[in-house]
Amino acid sequence: MAQLHSTQQLRAAGRQRRAHPNLVAGTFLFPSLVGLVCFSVVPMLFSLFISFTDWNFLKGIGNWNLVGLKNFIDLWSDEWFTASLVNTVVFTVVTVPIGLFLAVVLAVLIDSFCAKKLQGLVRITMYMPKICNIVASSAVWIMLYSSYGPFTQLMRALGWDDPPRFLVSYTWALPAVMLMCIWSNLGYQVFIYSASLTALPKDLYEAADLDGVNGIQRFFYVTLPQLKPTTFFLTITGIISSFKVFGQINVMTQGGPGTSTYTLVYYIYKQAFSYYNMGYASAVAMILFLLLLCVTVVQWRHNKED
Amino acid sequence: MNAAANVKHTKDGPMLTMRQRQLPGKVIMTILLVGFAVLMIVPFIWMVSSSFKAEREVMTIPIQWIPQNPSWDNYKVVLHIDTNKKDYHFLLSYWNSIKVSVLNTLVSVATAATAGYAFAKLRFKGANVLFLIYLAQMMVPSQLTLIPRFVMFSALELTNTHFSIIAPKLIAVSATFMMRQAFLGVPNDLRESAMIDGAGEWRIWGQIMIPSVKPTLAALATVQFLDSWNSYLDPLVFLSDWRLRTLPIALNQFVSEEGAQYNLITAACCLTVIPVFVVFLCGQKFFVKGLTVGAVKG
Repeated sequence: MAQLHSTQQLRAAGRQRRAHPNLVAGTFLFPSLVGLVCFSVVPMLFSLFISFTDWNFLKGIGNWNLVGLKNFIDLWSDEWFTASLVNTVVFTVVTVPIGLFLAVVLAVLIDSFCAKKLQGLVRITMYMPKICNIVASSAVWIMLYSSYGPFTQLMRALGWDDPPRFLVSYTWALPAVMLMCIWSNLGYQVFIYSASLTALPKDLYEAADLDGVNGIQRFFYVTLPQLKPTTFFLTITGIISSFKVFGQINVMTQGGPGTSTYTLVYYIYKQAFSYYNMGYASAVAMILFLLLLCVTVVQWRHNKED
Repeated sequence: MNAAANVKHTKDGPMLTMRQRQLPGKVIMTILLVGFAVLMIVPFIWMVSSSFKAEREVMTIPIQWIPQNPSWDNYKVVLHIDTNKKDYHFLLSYWNSIKVSVLNTLVSVATAATAGYAFAKLRFKGANVLFLIYLAQMMVPSQLTLIPRFVMFSALELTNTHFSIIAPKLIAVSATFMMRQAFLGVPNDLRESAMIDGAGEWRIWGQIMIPSVKPTLAALATVQFLDSWNSYLDPLVFLSDWRLRTLPIALNQFVSEEGAQYNLITAACCLTVIPVFVVFLCGQKFFVKGLTVGAVKG
């Protein structure tokens, strides 16, 4: 009896010392859960809700009327929105493939031809634009693009007699911003490609050497197919980040001239924080979210297949 | 492989090893690649050189890469040293940026390290469902939650506080995944033997787990720090008071006020960029790891 009693006591003591697993996990997850609820789940639901209202922030919280799908229908006859959407898509379709192509070529060239001791240095140097904050690099590019700036001078030297004022031209403003974005992301993409290149197995290359393939064949038939997962990863992250482009636009062109460089995030920012049309801006944000969702779904299905 | 290659070479000419054959090509390619890398940082070289010039020297044709009369005057104006011109409060913005970035890094790394551990090693009810909810959050862009966050902080009268920038870092989903991966890589034996010795989960976490994932922590911290140092949209929306501005916002203001004074703007840009370059070059090792984690495995 006495023995039984003592084991019970022991168990009770053990239970006290070792708290319930759910409780322990709870303490670990608590801060993160607070963040999840307050800054992600609730805002997400709130955003969805106000996208169905006509709410303007200046009318005060609570002063909103449900208008159903009105915002989502009005969007398509709003030329600022359609221009933003088109620009964002053009931006993505141009910058992502060009950037990735340049990056993979550079990464392969660095990997196979650059002197070993300089490889790291070359990659780090190319990475510099990415770590520079967006306002500073945009400011520098504004000056490069100005009528007496180095870029315009370079274009003259290359035989373009009358280069436009890039950032205030309807035709050239968007391409000018795109060039700047390719420049700023290139180093990152080269980095990731280089990292995957060093991880590739060497046996296929040896086999290719025995078959006497030349460098270009080797690049297209041996290297590129093996880099497919990396290319896929960079395409997805590239699409996502170019859908969200904002900083360059706000500093360099402010969406102008006209609507020529409006992008979705810039339009959301304008509607929400210049005109305080929170309902309408949230509807645009929802469209952005749906676009990103499509990209992510593609990514997940792809990853599942592998 | 070398033997086979050499046999082939003897047939069509002088016998050279692969290495010798490629050497001239390699030298030329190395020069071209270094040239391209330099071309990529030409904007920065131009920025640094212009920051030491007087206003009229900036846009000369041809460009003077090395300023003829270098001087610190531009920096003095920007930092408000020995001048009676306008004060841009750059040093204050520096301090704000450092403060916000350090706190952001601490908050996000701490919550990622605890939540990541829970997902990797702890068994609890609803773990799978919760993990799926976390995964789903990765799809929610911060631009979508920006408006509600602004409304929420306005209602609580917390806009124009650094709190409004720091608090949302409690949920750092990708960082949590990164930490979870790292903890999954730590073998269970250590944890089990510590449990037999009667250590609680928090003690195991602090004394065994955290030390074994130090490299990932360092990588995560560098990435988070840089991310928040360069963060632009959130501070732009939340911090309108000049006393709270972080560097990108202060620089933004500076550019729109002094639009045509390129010498001053380049000096201001240098001030915001150079420290990050220095930190990056020092912490390169960690940073590279932080970048490639998750990317290469794809």
